[in-house]
Amino acid sequence: MATLLDNIDNIDNAGDMDNIGTSVTPAGAATRRPVSGAVHSWDLSTGIDGPGTRFVAFLAGCPLTCLYCHNIDTLRMRSGTRMSVDDLVAEAGKCTTFIRAAGGGATISGGEPLLQPVFAGELFHRFKHGLGLHTALDTSGFLGARATDALLRDVDLVLLDIKSWDRATYRKVTGRPLEPTLDFARRLADLGKEVHVRFVLVPGLTDDPANVDGVASFAASLGNVSRVDVLPFHKLGEAKWQALGKSFTLHDTPSPTPEQTALACEIFTSHGLRAV
Amino acid sequence: MTATAAEATTDSGAWDGFRGGLWRDAIDVRDFVQQNYTPYEGDSSFLTGPTARTTAVWEKLLSMFPDEIARGIHDVDVKTPSRIDAFEPGYIDADRDLIVGLQTDAPLRRAIMPNGGWRMVEGALNAYGYEADPEVREIYTRLRKTHNEGVFDAYTPEIRACRTSGIITGLPDAYGRGRIIGDYRRVALYGVDRLIAAKEDGRAALGEQWPTEHVIRDREEIAEQIKALKELKAMAMSYGHDISGPARTGREAVQWLYFGYLGAVKEQNGAAMSIGRIDNFLDVYLQRDIERGLITEERAQEFIDDFVIKLRIVRFLRTPEYNELYSGDPTWVTWSMAGIGEDGRPLVSRTTFRALQTLYNLGPAPEPNLTVFWSQRLPSGFKEFASKAAIDTSALQFESDELMRPKYGDDTAIACCVSAMAVGRQMQFFGARVNVAKALLYAINGGRDERTGKLVVSGFEPVTDEYLDHATVAQRYDAMLDWLARTYVHALNVIHYMHDKYAYERLEMALHDQEILRTMACGIAGLSVAADSLSAIKHARVRVIRDETGLATDYEIEGDYPAYGNNDDRADALARGIVHDFMEKVRKHATYRGAVHTQSVLTITSNVVYGKKTGNTPDGRRSGAPFAPGANPMNGRDEHGYIASALSVAKLPYDDAEDGISLTNTITPDALGRTPEERIQNLAGVLDGFMASDGFHMNVNVLDKATLEDAMEHPERYPQLTIRVSGYAVNFVRLTREQQLDVINRTFHGSL
Repeated sequence: MATLLDNIDNIDNAGDMDNIGTSVTPAGAATRRPVSGAVHSWDLSTGIDGPGTRFVAFLAGCPLTCLYCHNIDTLRMRSGTRMSVDDLVAEAGKCTTFIRAAGGGATISGGEPLLQPVFAGELFHRFKHGLGLHTALDTSGFLGARATDALLRDVDLVLLDIKSWDRATYRKVTGRPLEPTLDFARRLADLGKEVHVRFVLVPGLTDDPANVDGVASFAASLGNVSRVDVLPFHKLGEAKWQALGKSFTLHDTPSPTPEQTALACEIFTSHGLRAV
Repeated sequence: MTATAAEATTDSGAWDGFRGGLWRDAIDVRDFVQQNYTPYEGDSSFLTGPTARTTAVWEKLLSMFPDEIARGIHDVDVKTPSRIDAFEPGYIDADRDLIVGLQTDAPLRRAIMPNGGWRMVEGALNAYGYEADPEVREIYTRLRKTHNEGVFDAYTPEIRACRTSGIITGLPDAYGRGRIIGDYRRVALYGVDRLIAAKEDGRAALGEQWPTEHVIRDREEIAEQIKALKELKAMAMSYGHDISGPARTGREAVQWLYFGYLGAVKEQNGAAMSIGRIDNFLDVYLQRDIERGLITEERAQEFIDDFVIKLRIVRFLRTPEYNELYSGDPTWVTWSMAGIGEDGRPLVSRTTFRALQTLYNLGPAPEPNLTVFWSQRLPSGFKEFASKAAIDTSALQFESDELMRPKYGDDTAIACCVSAMAVGRQMQFFGARVNVAKALLYAINGGRDERTGKLVVSGFEPVTDEYLDHATVAQRYDAMLDWLARTYVHALNVIHYMHDKYAYERLEMALHDQEILRTMACGIAGLSVAADSLSAIKHARVRVIRDETGLATDYEIEGDYPAYGNNDDRADALARGIVHDFMEKVRKHATYRGAVHTQSVLTITSNVVYGKKTGNTPDGRRSGAPFAPGANPMNGRDEHGYIASALSVAKLPYDDAEDGISLTNTITPDALGRTPEERIQNLAGVLDGFMASDGFHMNVNVLDKATLEDAMEHPERYPQLTIRVSGYAVNFVRLTREQQLDVINRTFHGSL
């Protein structure tokens, strides 16, 4: 755990936020205690953060620095608001009538939820068992090792970003190595956990057919991937980079054409996956 | 009714194969529909596309629209004050029209209807470059009094001042009030002779009663109704149709029903001329023809397509001021469909699907204003087709069947946007709306107008604190709303007395029962601005900036406040409170003709005009900036997406707003899902969720902002682009630039 954290240069007061390294496991704890975490925002969304209409908690802080990040304002934990589990569960609780009728659930996204695994775990437990909602974890998988089995028991669906197959490209895009994500994916497969793989298609960066094929082949080998979302790169988040005084290096990169996106989908489909 | 009439219809065979008896003995269309309609629980795969005939007729009109949009109107007959039988027959294409009848003798040619008011007619004519006819002017300014003249004879100086300042505006005191739905199905089911016979019976019964003013008025009205029915027969006869007896076929049923509606729109320039709940009724006839082998599915669709073409070209002559309030030339041919019957069967037939299919066969259009009564219990095939049509065309609105059915029954239709009424048994006195945001400023300024400094309301002290104290403001606001409610109901009583007297809707009322329920439909605008202002005063600190005369003209907010639209009770309770309190205040004042008080939270597009007439408000909104439409939260202040925003709106109590609560959402396709199938499922889910949360109404637009921006630049490329605004739909390219910007800036919710 320590070596992993060494890599994470943008965690602020991580220990304070989430008691990293302690043995508290949310679902397994005999007595539950108040937990709070750094939250960027919450939202109700439809068809974006998992199936149906969902209560989405965006946790603050992410160990990756993706070049195309469209929520760059969630990068730093420090910029989040401290909210308790009770606060967020109360917000979600006000929407459960809607969500049950609409079909959907609750998603924890970010940022990277697994940067605050105790907080995320407690939230999942309460969303699933307290509110009776379908739960989804939206993650890059880079910190998958920090998701306890207990946490994953409270997660119905993992939305797993595999941003590249080519190791060098992955590091270029995210600033991090790919391997932890693949390890996490294999672990989810062993657990039989439903996964939706997400792949952001960036022309000139991730769209090499061999690269796409690598992700597709791996995803198909897992057996638990029920869907692949091929997400065309867009620049709608660029203003947020500017607002933070950061330079958006993909400024001149075009969005993929519908044909390019369809081509990438076909690669996934050719491996027997359902890609949209 | 009379035995002879019933026998005559039986003999003609029009009712052969129809079940049930109650409706045979008394005028009861609901009973007929319930006994005879065939619920359809399948999907849309049976539908057929447009025939070459349909396309040719529609394209002929399409080619006329650009010129109409450019000039404001296509043409107008300045010499002929309209009535049911005033014009010679007119056709779009005499050889191709299947369902015949136009308001005047040519398509898109408008008529003058001066009973509402002469100045409106002359103002509208001049605005479009026409001169009024001197003889007609002579009649309506010297010989024949109008509704408008009557109203101003009885208004008080205070009401006039309120009208000028904009705290009460949009009142139907110079135009037709509308929002009355004739039960046009009666014409087809019974034929006009039977309807006249029933009215004659009613007249005879009134003859037995001692002639109080009320009885005399009723007698005169019923006599007018009978005359109107006779004129209706004559008008139909001029098109070669004898509608004295019942319709015998599907085509005749559509035609007879349309004649009934056409008679109404020939004579009444009502703000909303809605058509009611008609698809299951028509389906009974179309289904019988199909079963008898008389017509095919394609032919049934063709009748509906041709009928809808006619409904799409209803036109009224209106002034630029009217268009500013209700922009885009709306007529509110609101067509209510679906919902669940009291016996649990879905009120969905194949013809319900056929009505939606017109959006594909003819392309999208704002009229008829297709209104789906949504229930979670609707069959999935219909839910999916309605959701798909909403996504593809942005031409549908959805209202909660579960909220309406317990109050009005299952034969209920919407007049205008969100006003529910039992068809043929209920009507409303349309009351536009008051500006509750401006009323808050009046409370702070002791009745002086914040923009002019003029004293509009006397007897109130201004608030003099530097920082607004919530308890003080709430108390002053309460008193000001008392005054507003009283003044408002006063004005409405005058208006509707005069409308009944000088511009009575004789044909529409001929297609009602004799004993009807009337509502006094009040309304409020500026709800979100008022609620947020109160929230700012309560939860942040609001410093008042006054001019040298002590008039509060601006406000400085120190700190944050919770805003309406975030599913946050601290703010939402304030909005609920305003709705509840104002309704209670309105209820205190006796109404004309004993109408039951109701109110709506609806602006149509007048949110722009109301905003223009309202100064800086304590929520931080700038002077002149538009309000949010209807019950919408102020866009940009709702920080948790359109569903959280909708959940705030869903908390407004329908019991205190029985005339409807309007919410408009414009969603980008991405914000509904990634594939077309997902979007359909998700939109149906959103509607289920909203209605399950007691939400009442949702206008749904599914559009990219870029599309609208492109349409502003290149209107010629988007002749049929339709968008829903508060309670109705418009051709986007017919909106003023200001309204277009308002749509783009005020209701959009994307996925980011």
